[in-house]
Amino acid sequence: MFQFIIRRTVGALVTLFLIGAATFFLFVAAPSDYASLACGKDCSPARLEDIRQALGLNLPIHQQFWDFMSGIVMGRDYPTGHCSAPCLGQSFYSGDMVWSTIMDRFPTTLTLTAGGAVVFVIVGVGAGMIAAYRRGTLIDKVATGVSMVLSSFQIYVLGPIVLLIFVYSTGWMDNPAYHPITEDPWTWFTGMLLPVLVMATIFTAQYTRMARSSMIEQLAEEHVRTARAKGMSNKYVFFRYAWRGSMIPIVTVLGIDISAMLGGAVVTEITFSLQGIGRLAVDGAVHKDLPLTMGVMLFGAFFILIVNILTDIAYAYIDPRVRLS
Amino acid sequence: MTSPVALDPELETDAEPVKGEQKLEGRSPGQLMWQRFKRDRTGVICAVVVILYFVVSLAAPLLVKLSGTDPYTLYGQDPTYADKPILDQFGLPLGYFGGVSGDHWFGVEPQYGRDLFAMLVYGMRTSLFMALGVTVLLMVTGVIIGLIGGYFGGRTDYWIGRVTDFFLSFPQQLFFIAFMPVVTAFFVDPREETPTYFRALAMLIVLWLLGWMSMARLVRSTVLSLREREFVEAAKVSGASPGRIVRKEILPNVVTPILVQFTFQLPSTILTIAFLSFAGVGFVEPTPDWGRLFAAAANYTEQDPAFLFFPGLALVIFVLAFNLLGDSVRDAFDPKSGR
Repeated sequence: MFQFIIRRTVGALVTLFLIGAATFFLFVAAPSDYASLACGKDCSPARLEDIRQALGLNLPIHQQFWDFMSGIVMGRDYPTGHCSAPCLGQSFYSGDMVWSTIMDRFPTTLTLTAGGAVVFVIVGVGAGMIAAYRRGTLIDKVATGVSMVLSSFQIYVLGPIVLLIFVYSTGWMDNPAYHPITEDPWTWFTGMLLPVLVMATIFTAQYTRMARSSMIEQLAEEHVRTARAKGMSNKYVFFRYAWRGSMIPIVTVLGIDISAMLGGAVVTEITFSLQGIGRLAVDGAVHKDLPLTMGVMLFGAFFILIVNILTDIAYAYIDPRVRLS
Repeated sequence: MTSPVALDPELETDAEPVKGEQKLEGRSPGQLMWQRFKRDRTGVICAVVVILYFVVSLAAPLLVKLSGTDPYTLYGQDPTYADKPILDQFGLPLGYFGGVSGDHWFGVEPQYGRDLFAMLVYGMRTSLFMALGVTVLLMVTGVIIGLIGGYFGGRTDYWIGRVTDFFLSFPQQLFFIAFMPVVTAFFVDPREETPTYFRALAMLIVLWLLGWMSMARLVRSTVLSLREREFVEAAKVSGASPGRIVRKEILPNVVTPILVQFTFQLPSTILTIAFLSFAGVGFVEPTPDWGRLFAAAANYTEQDPAFLFFPGLALVIFVLAFNLLGDSVRDAFDPKSGR
């Protein structure tokens, strides 16, 4: 177990480095001159040179890359001040430190992810299990039908509709916004309720479908049939035997979804005008801001790798046949 | 009695009337699949709906001519149409439900007064055909990479596997967003206006780079199990070249999973393209595009919610039909899956 974690962590660090390198060189390879973009239309050569100097663009590319990567581990010194350890550089566009910008935005994205995950694990998987348990009944048909239709909705279709109903026309709720939980938990809750629910609704529907089919597949397995044949009660077989096995595909997808959302729930953030990581990625792309884009990409990749390791550990807990090696 | 047909009593009644003596007919797996699919009413209806969307997209210029509009004219601002006002002084559509009328079947866009029907059918055309191209490209790539990895195995397979893992650990959405401007910058100077074709090409490249992995994995695992089968060994023993074995023995057997995957991949590609335009890095003004309509609709929701209605409904029906169709195709190929 310990060995497994060490090995995977090393692997993850190598992958992170490679992703950083790929992102960096792809970005640099594209012919766009940041200095002249930052300088604007009428720009004197002296000022252009100043900006180049400030952004570190006059250095050779491998030197720039090394500065960036070593800055993550050791911090960097800028003319404007020191940037401490996990230093992802300084935004070309706004001049802010990328790490502190990301940390500023992260609570919004974290709230969305955590809230969403709670809803789709409890409601989504729960509904799927009930549907599988009562297969063929009215409950099953309703759950399957509703989840089929809901999963065909997109956040940018459902979001505006929900906003229209609850905010614009009735005024029951305020426009969604993020308020730090440390200041006032209630406004934090009400501010994020609609975005979380809309995002969760669409994901939940997919989890319901998946949980149902995975459960039905498990119930047809031989060890489940044997347990039944031994005279164990329906409930016992369902929860003790079938449930475990049916969790494997769900954990896989849950891991993928959570890691993707932690790296920025782009559509939800845009639809509800929230300032999260996904919005930051769009800003970085629109302004062709290399350090910001690098920072967000590495941040997102970090979560994918971490959650991948956690998912593999979860497999071993759920299914004793899985060996971590 | 070994014919699979005889095992399924319903299939026999479905088959064409038997003349004269009872004759057992051999059917290819493809024919069997087609027969199973025809019996699935939901699947057939959904297939019709999906085909209809493609027909509408293909016939977009014709339909738009029929309605007498086009997706670019600003009917609200163009002085040629001053005698037929469609927007009020605030730039909102006159009339009911976003200005639905005989001239503008689905209403008009607030502020500009462009025709929503024309924008929608042209937008569907952009998204659908773009997605079709991307999907075919990444399926082909995935199949080739999967075939190579699965067939040759050993070290080749190991390294292909590592590369696949590496591509899978990219944050996909972030990568799409971040690299659209970069890839565009390869073709045109960032300070100039990017032609729509280059935008489409950039999207194709970005989606292709991060889209082939799931297909490659699927094909690899299928090929891996096929490689050890007797008929492949027989071909090897009789001296067939690796190229021939792959083409004649293995490929026909991976067609099924490829087709099933295709029906799931296509709608997801369409949604990804829509997502790019929605996030503002895909198609831009004035190219009509499905995703861009949603970005615009999100801004107009408060004043003119009707603008969201038609594009939204069209998308929901399309995705629903495609999802159901995908399930039906899978069931038809693999009757054991039993939902």
